[in-house]
Order: sequence, then structure tokens, then C-alpha cells
Amino acid sequence: MFFDKGRKVSTFIEQLVNGLTVGSFYALVALGYSMVYGVMKLINFAHGDLFALGAYLGYSLLTGATGKITASMGLWGGMAFTAFLVALSVALAGVLVERIAYRPVYPSGRLSLVVSALGMAIFIQNAVMAIWGSRPRAFPASVVPSLRFSLFGIPVTLLQVTILGISFALMLAIWLIVEKSSFGAAVRAAALDRETATLLGIDVRKVIFFVFALGPGLGGVAGLMNGLYYRAISFNMGWNYGLKAFTATILGGIGNIPGAMLGGLILGVVESLLAGYVSGAWKDVFVFILLIAILIFRPRGLLGEKTAEKV
Amino acid sequence: MMTSLLEVKDLCLDYGAVRALNHVSLKVEENEIVAVLGANGAGKTSLLKAISGLVRPSEGSIHFKGDDLSRIQACSLASRGIAHVPEGRRVFSTLSVRENLLLGKYGVRNSREKADLDSLEERVYALFPILKDRRRQLAGTLSGGEQQMLAIGRALVSSPSLLLLDEPSLGLAPIIVQEIFGLIKKIHEEEKVAILLVEQNARKALKAASRAYILELGKMVVSGSSADLAQDPRVRAAYLGTKACRDRNGIPT
Ligand SMILES: Nc1ncnc2c1ncn2[C@@H]1O[C@H](COP(=O)(O)OP(=O)(O)OP(=O)(O)O)[C@@H](O)[C@H]1O
Ligand SMILES: [Mg+2]
Repeated sequence: MFFDKGRKVSTFIEQLVNGLTVGSFYALVALGYSMVYGVMKLINFAHGDLFALGAYLGYSLLTGATGKITASMGLWGGMAFTAFLVALSVALAGVLVERIAYRPVYPSGRLSLVVSALGMAIFIQNAVMAIWGSRPRAFPASVVPSLRFSLFGIPVTLLQVTILGISFALMLAIWLIVEKSSFGAAVRAAALDRETATLLGIDVRKVIFFVFALGPGLGGVAGLMNGLYYRAISFNMGWNYGLKAFTATILGGIGNIPGAMLGGLILGVVESLLAGYVSGAWKDVFVFILLIAILIFRPRGLLGEKTAEKV
Repeated sequence: MMTSLLEVKDLCLDYGAVRALNHVSLKVEENEIVAVLGANGAGKTSLLKAISGLVRPSEGSIHFKGDDLSRIQACSLASRGIAHVPEGRRVFSTLSVRENLLLGKYGVRNSREKADLDSLEERVYALFPILKDRRRQLAGTLSGGEQQMLAIGRALVSSPSLLLLDEPSLGLAPIIVQEIFGLIKKIHEEEKVAILLVEQNARKALKAASRAYILELGKMVVSGSSADLAQDPRVRAAYLGTKACRDRNGIPT
């Protein structure tokens, strides 16, 4: 009760940095939900498990024989190589999920799609369990050296700075592609009205390919970074992270790209502050209360616009 | 024999058990305005959608510049020179006016053509100065008439040789309808583009077009020059007659 003020402030800042780090995982995963939803009007329930797949692929690349290869490339070379391979493989998995589980059921309507998405989530989770086992795995210690230093007076670890740096760079890149490039305009147009987009020469299949590759690709990288950060990964981690990131998506406004990033960061920070100041055990409960509250009081989220449609 | 710009032959279209088009044939020559008139549900929109590949006909053929379109994907028709302004305008409401307009040339890949299209963007702004003033605004905030101009402008920036217009006067006030038809004429003169115009406003459409077809329950029942159709007693009774008393802004024929 009688902490000195300086200690209080530094705890707060530590929680904040931790929250932003976790929040950036949520944000990257939320981007995938949001992009796919925007174009397909489908909640890709398999997305959380693609995130877990990313974590496990990263684990395999960083341990055993492959770990020697990545280690031989030096810290940053090895990390970049690992991240690249993880992104590529999970992107491929995302595209395959669309081909195998969604495309055949488009004509059968929304309900079939939702069931198919849930089935895919269960499938991927079990595939991960079959390949890597049901016991949690641990990422090798200090892939990124556990350096602590002070950045503008804020105590951080090298790993946190790396994760935040990569996450923000990825988010900036996605924002530039989606909001500023002509392909991004085509993606947004296809999300609003496929038929009219087609009339303008936009190949909607390419747009679908794009969201199902990029979203899971980002999720996979988030999974890898999550493994580096917490070290312990488990085959069913996708469920919890998926739900959190989905909450972040709804919080920011589903289908809205900046919204997904904002929602993820806010959720991470709030959750981390709650864990630090109230109780770690209650933070998940809080997240789901938040999800329900947004759905009731502001279903379009923070940045989701009321659709201005004129008929 | 000269090939027509667009030639639709014996086209049939079914939505499940519903036959929307029943052996429809029509031609559009280069630089011509052709009108298709018909009541609600006659199949006008279906006809345009079949031409631009959004729906696949069950019988018949569509040739554009002599090429059979049946195997061509809808999204590659824009680059071949067909631009379709859909019914209800369908601007992308949460994209800016300029983004909407620029998407019009998305389908055109060739970079040299793209450069030419940049000047087209300016021409579109010249045709619709209001769009230039509003270019940063979200398209959903435009008025109905402005949205129609945007939808037409968006189609024009691809420099099409055939423009398909689906009820451009739909839901607009008479004075705006007047303006839109004035612009259609101007576009036709300045851009050297053939126009296939689908309308319920028969009076305006017959004035703008050189030839017209009348579609009833999926069948082409009458066709001919606009002047002849305007005099045809059946057409007058069904499409011009009663309307003449009601439409105070309509110019009497
Ligand atoms: N997607 C669809 N599925 C089933 N039936 C359809 C579909 N689209 C149109 N139809 C039917 O096809 C017929 C022709 O419709 P279409 O929209 O082409 O008419 P229209 O002449 O454009 O009418 P309007 O003037 O009201 O726009 C109608 O009977 C309509 O109910
Ligand atoms: Mg129609």
C-alpha cells in the first residue's frame, strides 16, 4: 500500500510495454480476421489455429537440425529466414483452407461456411497435435539474447523491441497496401460489392487469394513471435488467441484495417494492466465480457463506419 | 459483311426455373445509341448482365468486335472495351470519389494505355465538374444524381467502345434526369462511344437513341428506329401513352 511513486510508475510502464507486445500479436491476428471477413463476410474460425501452426513451424525451424541452420545465419539472418518461411507456409495453408474447406461450400450459404470453418479449425488443431504432440513445447531459450536496456527512459527487452518493431513495420506495410495502393482500393471495392468490382475488371479470385494468403501469413508470424516471447506453446493455443484477436477485431470494427490494429493494441494493453493491477485470473473473463458488451452496445466497433448507402 | 460492334443472337437465360430471357437478339453498331425499353421484370438488367458476363446464358451467343464472349471472364471484359454502369449506380460508398473513379481503369493493364487514361480522368472531370470538387469526399455522401455521374464517369475512364447503361434515370428527380440525359448525349458525341441504354423512361430514351428494342417478359417484341417506335400505336399505348399525362416534365411527342 505504501509503494514509492517511482516504483509505481515503472510497473505501470512495464505493464504497458508488455501489453503493447501482446497487443501487437492480437493486432496481427485480428488483421487476418478482418481482411477475410471484409471480402468474404466469413469469420475464418481456422485463423486462430493457423496462428498456432505458425508458432509450431517456428519452433521446428529454431530447434533440432534446422535450428543449427538458422543459427548459422546469425541472429537477424536466422530470424528473418525463419519468419519468412513461417509466413510463406502459413499463407499457403490459408490459401489451401480456402480451396478445400470454403470454396466448395460457397453456393450452399452462410451456415455451411461457418460449420466448414469450425471443422477446419478442429482439423488444424488436431493436425498440430498429431505432428507435434499434445504436451506443450518450449522454444529454445534466448534465441534473441535477453538484453534489457532503457529506450527513452523506458525499460525494455531486446525481444520486446524486436517484436514491436516487426509488428509495427508489418502493420504499416499492410495499411499502405490496403489504403493507399490501387490494388488495395480494388480489395476494398471487392469487399463492398463484388459484382460491380468485377465489372471494373477486378479479378475477385485474386482478391480472395490475397486475403487468404496475407491474413494467415501475418497470423503465422504473430504465432512465431508469440513463441519467442512466452516460449511455451501448446497445440490448442489458437483457440484462446483466436478468440482474443477476434474480440480485438470486433472492438476495432470488423472489416476495418486500422480498426483491427487499434483493437488489438488496446486489448493487449487493457488486458495487461488488468493482469498487473487486478488479477491475472480475471483478465480472460474481462475480455469476453468486453466482447459481449461491444456486440450489444457498439457492434460496429470503434472505427467501423455506419455504412452510408444510398439506394 | 461488316460485323457489328455487339451482336446478341438468340440469347436465353434461366435463373433456375425462371426464364428471364427468351431468344433475345440485338445489335449495336459502332458509335450508336440503342435503347432497350421494358417494364419491371422484363429482363433488361439480365440482358446487360449476360453481355458483361456476370450471368451465363443457357443458349445463344454474344459477339463483341467479332469475338465470342462466352468463354471470356467477366473481369476481363473491361479491358476489351465494355463498360457497364449497373442498375442503382453501385458506387463504392466508403471509398473516395477519386478512388471510385480510378478503379474504372483498374482492368486496363497496358501501361501505355494507362497513360492515355490519365488524360481521360481529366476529361471525365471536365464532363462532370462536380466530381472534381468532390474528389476527396466519400462516394456514399454524394447525392443520387452525383452518384450516377460518378458511376458513369467510372465507366468512362476505361475508354470503352461500348457503354452499357442500366436505368440511369432510376430514382432521380426530373430535373436531374434531364441533366443525365444531356450528359449521355454529350458523352456520345465527345467520346465516340456506342451506348446500349436500358430504360423505363421511354420518352427520354427514344429521344436519345437512334434505334430501340422493346422487351416484354424476356422477349424482344418490337424493334426499329426510335422515330418509328415513337409513332407505333402499341408502344404509345404501353410506354408513352399514360405516362404523357403524368409526367409533367416530359416533352410531348
Ligand atoms: N438472381 C436472380 N434469381 C432469380 N430470378 C431472377 C434473378 N435476377 C432476376 N430474376 C428474375 O428475372 C426476371 C428479369 O429480371 P431483370 O432484373 O432482368 O428485370 P428488369 O427488366 O431489369 O427489371 P427492373 O426494371 O425492375 O430493373 C424477373 O422475373 C426477375 O424476378
Ligand atoms: Mg433492372
